[in-house]
Amino acid sequence: MTQFQKFTSRVVPLLINDIDTDQIIPARFLKATDKLNMGKNLFADWRYLPDGSPNKDFVLNKPENSGAQILLAGDNFGCGSSREHAPWALSGFGFRAIMSTSFADIFRSNALKNSLLPIVVEPQVHSELITLVQNTPNASLTIDLTNQIVQLPNGKSVSFPIDSFSKTCLLNGVDELGYLLRFEEKIKEYERTHS
Amino acid sequence: MNQPTTLFEKIWNAHVVAQEADSPAVLYVDLHLVHEVTSPQAFTGLRQKGLRVRRPERTVATIDHSVPTRPLSFPITDELAAKQIQQMETNAQEFGVRLYGLDSQQRGIVHVIGPERGFTQPGMTIVCGDSHTSTHGAFGALAFGIGTSEVEQVLATQCLLQRKPKTFEVRVEGKLSPSVLAKDIILALLSKIGIGGATGHVIEYTGSAIRSLTMEERMTICNMSIEGGARAGMIAPDDFTYEYISGREFAPNGAKWDESVRRWRQLRTDDGATYDKSIVLNAQELAPMITYGTNPGMGIPITGHIPQPEHMGDSSRKLALEKALAYMGLQPGKPLLGQPIDVVFIGSCTNSRISDLRLAASLLKERKVAPNVRVLVVPGSMEVKRQAEMEGLDTIFKAAGAEWREAGCSMCIAMNGDQLEPGQYAVSTSNRNFEGRQGKGGRTFLASPLTAAAAAITGKITDVRTLISN
Ligand code: SF4
Repeated sequence: MTQFQKFTSRVVPLLINDIDTDQIIPARFLKATDKLNMGKNLFADWRYLPDGSPNKDFVLNKPENSGAQILLAGDNFGCGSSREHAPWALSGFGFRAIMSTSFADIFRSNALKNSLLPIVVEPQVHSELITLVQNTPNASLTIDLTNQIVQLPNGKSVSFPIDSFSKTCLLNGVDELGYLLRFEEKIKEYERTHS
Repeated sequence: MNQPTTLFEKIWNAHVVAQEADSPAVLYVDLHLVHEVTSPQAFTGLRQKGLRVRRPERTVATIDHSVPTRPLSFPITDELAAKQIQQMETNAQEFGVRLYGLDSQQRGIVHVIGPERGFTQPGMTIVCGDSHTSTHGAFGALAFGIGTSEVEQVLATQCLLQRKPKTFEVRVEGKLSPSVLAKDIILALLSKIGIGGATGHVIEYTGSAIRSLTMEERMTICNMSIEGGARAGMIAPDDFTYEYISGREFAPNGAKWDESVRRWRQLRTDDGATYDKSIVLNAQELAPMITYGTNPGMGIPITGHIPQPEHMGDSSRKLALEKALAYMGLQPGKPLLGQPIDVVFIGSCTNSRISDLRLAASLLKERKVAPNVRVLVVPGSMEVKRQAEMEGLDTIFKAAGAEWREAGCSMCIAMNGDQLEPGQYAVSTSNRNFEGRQGKGGRTFLASPLTAAAAAITGKITDVRTLISN
């Protein structure tokens, strides 16, 4: 996993509640046996017209949003299936952080394992951000995980919660499997006493 | 005396291998179910790191999502699906994992065969790279879905890093009215708590209405816990549970059986234990349910009216409803009864077990599917298929004009060629009505097997109670 560093990017608003993983990446793309090229199928049914051409009205297709690394989404982002293809598609497309008032549990856990930061903000901050991107479409935010803050263009910064374990893993690019493997002796002992 | 604890806490506590300060718990996994869609990258990871599957005997694989369900549709013509299935077979063989493969007479949807073969048992921790793993909670197990990185972790270490979720009691009291099924209970709950209403929580279903449900009905309820965002759903085991498990291929037997049941009887929430959250439903008040929108929380009683956006209160919910109705092509304030439909799908890990098929067949018997309606009946496993054929249910379905298929996920997820055409309406016994879930542009109404069979007969959304004379 790559180390998560401080970055600044403009924000793409996708202000729909309950965006489920079937929208993030439709099931017909789950026949892949690797993680490659998932980005092109991100939001496929919203992003492309039935003939396969880009839907110009969809926010990710607006030229000014190209290269944006932060997605501002509605409540309860990532509900539905457990497919890790969802964060693979989001990071494959270039996103590094998703902001919402809440995330579905499995999505959140999957995102953290793929250097994709789920940022939970209070509803009031969420509304402020919506106003910000509506009034200043090219506004940029700086995401600073070390200090757990998002810096707004007006100089204000808002803090966000993250548990210290996930934070350390992200900052150091540590893979959870590596951490788990260190418990070999304890696991053996558990198996000895619980069979 | 010990602190009173919930069923969830008992199972959780018994599986914590280690817990470092400021870190998630290392939780031991008793049973790991695997399928072809969410596992290939995990096996690749093992190979790259030179790791093996730590406990192959605790790992069970099947193929269900991308398998064709048309009889004689082998070899598989969809190249990607064929490759994925081939990959599952290679991985199972290379890593020594039991696989219910294409030629297995016991294969089926992972959440149908786990209980059916007797793998699923009370008190276990069960995971699978699949959100509907919550199904197995019906047996008093702690069962939840995981992502592919976690599949790799469990394959390699038989453990998982987990933060302790909160608890949520859903108490359902009273007696259900005729034609109101387990599916209606869960759809009613979801319409109350919403699609994120149980996020971060494990639901325990309690109350007299839950106690009187069969194991298959309990599975239907626990299955859809995830649609409320719950980490898992569970029901304390009782005599119904033991009776279901007894004699199954992988169930304990002999002296081991008695000892297991003795242990399982301890698996209940103690008097005085508290939940972080709770809700009570009155079973008597429930009616057959149907969804009108694009998530499973958007449900109403079958005789109800589609909600109006202006009654939604907050603006984002208003927008969500407008968007859903636009996709569904439905008018706010209108009833759903009489809405014409094109397809009926009876299947999925929610409602593809023998009791579901018996219910659907009871209504279709000596009746015909409406003209221009396509009906797919897809058993959850080959075992369910055999049982149904033994009982002659397949003959009833075929005589009525329905298609009788091989086991698989089929039109629940539309990965195998069984799918809706853009714009088509379906009444489906599956669990998700998300945009495009059953095929790009397809529009889904979720309902029980009885309500689905009723729609098959009339070609429109129908109150099944009007077709049943008491
Ligand atoms: S039947 Fe549907 S919900 Fe169940 S495992 Fe298959 S795809 Fe998932």
